[in-house]
Parts: sequence; structure tokens; C-alpha cells
Amino acid sequence: MTILLHTYLSKLKTKSFIATTLITVVIVAGLANLSSIIDYFNKDDEERVAVIDETGVLLTPLQEQMDALNNKITLIAYKGSEAEGETAVKDGDYKGLLLLSFTTDELPEAAYKARSIADSAIPSELQGGLQQLKTQMAATQINLSPEQLSKLYEPVPFDKTALEENAKTEEELNQARGLVYVLLFIIYFAVILYANMIAMEVATEKSSRVMEILISSVSPIKQMFAKILGVGLLSLTQMALILLVGYFSVKQNLDTMEGGFFEFFGFGNIPASTIAYALTFFILGYFLYATLAAFLGSLVSRIEDIQQMITPMTMMVVAGFMIAMFGLSQPEASFVTITSYIPFFTPMLMFMRVGMLSLPVWEPILGIVILLAAIILLAVFGARVYRGGVLMYGKSNSFKDIKKALQLTKNE
Amino acid sequence: MALELEHVTKRFGKFTAVDDLSLSIPESEMFGFLGANGAGKTTTFRMILGLLDPSGGKITWNGNPIDYSTSPLIGYLPEERGLYPKLKVKDQVVYLAKLRGMAKQDCLKELTYWLERFKVPEYANKKIEELSKGNQQKIQFITAVIHKPKLLILDEPFSGLDPVNVEQLKDAVQDLKDSGTTIVFSSHRMEHVEELCEHLCIMQKGRPVVHGSLKEIKRSFGRKNLVIHADYDLSFLADSRGVVKARQTAEGIQLQISGEEAAEDIFRVVAEKGFVRKFVLEEPSLNDIFIEKAGASYE
Repeated sequence: MTILLHTYLSKLKTKSFIATTLITVVIVAGLANLSSIIDYFNKDDEERVAVIDETGVLLTPLQEQMDALNNKITLIAYKGSEAEGETAVKDGDYKGLLLLSFTTDELPEAAYKARSIADSAIPSELQGGLQQLKTQMAATQINLSPEQLSKLYEPVPFDKTALEENAKTEEELNQARGLVYVLLFIIYFAVILYANMIAMEVATEKSSRVMEILISSVSPIKQMFAKILGVGLLSLTQMALILLVGYFSVKQNLDTMEGGFFEFFGFGNIPASTIAYALTFFILGYFLYATLAAFLGSLVSRIEDIQQMITPMTMMVVAGFMIAMFGLSQPEASFVTITSYIPFFTPMLMFMRVGMLSLPVWEPILGIVILLAAIILLAVFGARVYRGGVLMYGKSNSFKDIKKALQLTKNE
Repeated sequence: MALELEHVTKRFGKFTAVDDLSLSIPESEMFGFLGANGAGKTTTFRMILGLLDPSGGKITWNGNPIDYSTSPLIGYLPEERGLYPKLKVKDQVVYLAKLRGMAKQDCLKELTYWLERFKVPEYANKKIEELSKGNQQKIQFITAVIHKPKLLILDEPFSGLDPVNVEQLKDAVQDLKDSGTTIVFSSHRMEHVEELCEHLCIMQKGRPVVHGSLKEIKRSFGRKNLVIHADYDLSFLADSRGVVKARQTAEGIQLQISGEEAAEDIFRVVAEKGFVRKFVLEEPSLNDIFIEKAGASYE
């Protein structure tokens, strides 16, 4: 208990932890509020463009087009000469100068002048408006009615329907994909981050030789699990903090964020079961990898060796993540199904499948049971390695050491 | 007998680190545990602490096996410094003492006492990595004794300390012994062991080669040291009867002889030869015994 609290509190108080949490919170809050932030900076930021209309008839329909597309650009008829207009743009009175004329075919033609053309938004929007205008005018020239025109541009009706009962609809699938994607990322980073933290902690205690004192006071097994739980608690605190901030800022901005990015990611209506599964698989995945990391950490005697030791573990997490990413587009591939029962991949793959497909309940439960069994096995095995490993010093960076460590704990 | 080791053996694979070691250490006793590097001292300590299980035999404290339930009774100073470099002295000591079942308040009180005693009260809020090695050693010692253990195991307690600090620490160890703590300590410094311990054991390759009280060991060793200083060449004495070893020194010769009779013979010989400025018959030093028994030289 003391170790648990110590691990938790001493990590909680470190500057790096506070800094990471703060930065992440700020980024999350920033992302969620992105549109309001952009709006804030762009408020009253009307883009005034001077227009010299040689034809005399293009300006009004163009302005109508522009209003329909984007109400930020205001076109203002400019009375002076082209040179005067250029000077006015240079002085900053207008964003740019648009010269409108007719081609020989009586179709619109334009030239745009601005101080710099780095800002491509305005010219491209103007171009888009003119394009519409030109299509209409060309259509009128060849006597196409607006109905005929719209028929020409109408998209092909294309409807996808899943035949399996309670299979997810295309729209649902897209939403689920976004959500699963984000949650997968969180699980992936968290597992790597915290497993690393544990391996580091153990290696630090070992290299500073505090370990010998610790395990002469408390049994190494107790110490190992207290450490895993301590860091686990820490991870949950950090996650909870970030998610809370994220949730509230999203909630606050929900009205302004109808549609677009956030809808795509399916944040509008998060299915509670997906979150519950995410949490379950996160915790289980954490325990699996944390146990692995703890006993790998116990085998090295210098902190420098730790990376080398846990690389295979990291590879495993990355592999799981890769398969999960692949599985996002083909969640029903048999290879994904099979790998989702391999304990080291289960946290990410089974979660991905649960989120994407309508699995019968026994499948995730079987996954969880296998995962739990693997955790218990690994914990028993890991605890024995840990007990011997923490006493081993010297050059130790091979997996032969696992055998050696086990031997140390054996009663002959 | 407080601490009892009965036929304790520890094997690592084919290698036998400790072989059939039996010791009994009475309560409130200071016990010296000597041996060359790799003789099995640290392994024995780890078995006493329960970090390693013996392959054979058993270890008991007042008749009970030692495990984590007895951890509040035991203090341990490991050979290598083991403290969190980034933690403050205060947090560190409190944390480690809590693991031994001590309440925080008592711990802070004791810490103040010990820091005062070692004349370093200003270190309470410093980080370990800011302290010198000797001062780290003091903190390490405090963590080993702060919970007033009944059994204190000190593995090389005086290494890396200057003479003043060695004295401070020796005083502290002596006080603990007087207040009833049973202390087992290992050292390569024979003079410390001679000064502090009544009983000792010399290990060689996992086996106890000498075991008993200091006086008995010296007596049963039999040999004595004879130091002679004279103005003429004494090297011919090396061939005399009863001389085991001879070493020329700047002012004369130092002989190790088999007993007092040999000393008398030599005395007669040198008395005829001429004036002798110094003629001393000494008890053998522990160092001599150690070198003889453990077969390696230190200092």
C-alpha cells in the first residue's frame, strides 16, 4: 500500500508529469475549440475585394454567387483606373483587385491582383464563383434550361445496404471507424507510455540499488504489483483529466460543430458500450504489458539497457496497432479475427472488432477471458523472474537471463 | 541464541556459494563476518534477510523463521549505496521506514535525532544526489537503523568514509549494541572487526574456516609475532627453528613464530650477537590470521 501511494504520489508530483498532462489538456481543449478559436480570430474579418467590371453586367451575379458560397468576401465596384486600384490594394484598402471582362465568346474572364498570392483562399473562391457563373452563361448560350443543367450535374444515386441483421449501416460504420480510430490511438500510446514508465522505474530502482533495501522490507512480488497498480492509477488519473477536459470542451462547442470533422469521428453520439469496452481493454492491456515491462525491467542493471530490453515488447504493441489499423478497413478479415484472440494483440484488435462489427457477446468475452488468463500466467511467471532479476547485477541484456533469474528463486 | 543458522547451503546451479554454514549469534552481540571477495558473505546476508531461499538448512530468529512479517525487526545496510538519487533525504527515509512498519511521526523524530547525531541536520531537505558519498553513507545507515531493529545487518558499513566519520559510525554501532541490538557485520578492515566484535567467522569459498570468539581464535592460532630491531643484520634468523615466516623491515625483522619457546631460543641467539633496541612478542593480528586462513591479502 505504501509503495502504491509512493509510486503514485511521487510520479504525480514530478514536473515532467505535470507538464505532459498540461500540454495534452491544452491541446485537447484547443482541438475541441478549434472552430471557435478560428472564428474568434476571423471575426469581422471581412475580405474586401475591389472589382473593375469592364462588362458592367458580371458584378451583381458574381456577388450573388459569392454570397451563396461564402459570405466573407465582399465585392466592391471600383471606380478608378486599374493603376489606381493597384495602389489602393498596395495601401491595404482592399485585399485584392479583380478585373472582369468578356472573352470573344462572350464568356467571363478575370485577372486577380493582390499584394501576395500566398493566400490562395480568396482567389480560389472567386474562381469557383466565376466558374459557376460561366457554366450558367454557357448553358444559356446553347439554350440549356436550368433543369437540364441540374440533371447533368446530378450525382448517381448509390445506396449501400447491409443484409445481415443488426449489422451497422454505412453511416454508423463510418462513425464507429472514427471513434475506434481515436480510441485505438489512445490505447496504443497509453500502453507504450506507461509500460515504458514502469520498466524505467524498476530499472532506476535497481541501478540505484534501492531495490535491495526495498525487497528486504517488502516481498518483491508485492512491490512489483504495488508499482504496477500505482502507475496504473496514475495513468487513469491522467486519462480521466484529459478526457474530462476534452468532453466538456466538445460538449460546449457541440452546437457550433454540427457536421464536418467531429460528426465524421462520431463524437455526436458515442455508444456507451464502445467506451466501456475501450476502458476494459485499456486496463487489461495495460496490466498485460505493465507486467511484462516490470519483469523485463528487473533484468537489466543499467538504465541504458532498458530500451534494448523492452524493444521486443514495443514491437509487439506496434504490430498489434498496425493490424488494428489495417483491420479498420477490413474488420472481417479472418486474419484479424484470429489475431484478436492472441493475448498480446487482443486489447487493440478485439476492441477494434467490437467497435466496428456487431459481434456476438461471447466473442469479446472470450477475448477478455483469454486476456485475463494471459495476465495471470504472465504475472505468476513475471513475479518469479522479478524476484531473481532484481538481485542480478552485471552485464545482463539477453533473454538467457530470464532462465538465470528463475534459477535464483528456485529451491533446490 | 538469537540468530541461528543451521547447516545452511546455497547452490546456484552447479556453483555452491555457501556450503554447510552453521552459526549461532547470541542476542545483543556484535558478530564479525569476514571473508575474501566472493566468499559468500552477501549471499549469506541475503539468505538471512529472506531475499534468497537456502538450498538446504534453515535460518531462525529466536526460533522463528525469518520472513516479511519480521521485517520491522530487521535493519539492513547493503554493500552498495541504495537510495533514490532524486528524492529528498526526508522523504526517502520516511518512505523506507514506513515500509518497515513505522509511523511517519516517529520516523521524523528519529530522523532529526540521527541527523543531529551525525552533525548534518541541514541535509533533511536535500536530495541524495547532492550529497557526498560519505554523507550518503550516513543516510543509508540511518535508513537501516531508524526503526530500531532487533537484528542489524551491516555489509561493509565503513567503506568510503573518512576517519572522523568512521568514528561517529562506530560509536553509533556500539551504542546500538549496548541497547540490545544484535549486529552482524562484514568488513575487510580487520582493525574494525578486532575493535568491535567479540565473535567472528571467517569464510572461504562458502565454508567457515575460522569460527569462535576473538580471543579463542587468537590463542588457537598458536603463532605469535616477534619484532626485533637491531643495528646489525638479522636476516640469519629467518632460518631458525620455529620461524614460519620472516619479513625484513627498515629497522630490523618481523618474524612469525610457532610459539613462545621459539621466541626464547631466538632471544638467546640475538643476546649473544649484540645489542637489541627492540624485542617484542605480540599476539597475532586478525589480519595475519585472515591472510593465513582466507589465503588472500588485503589492505
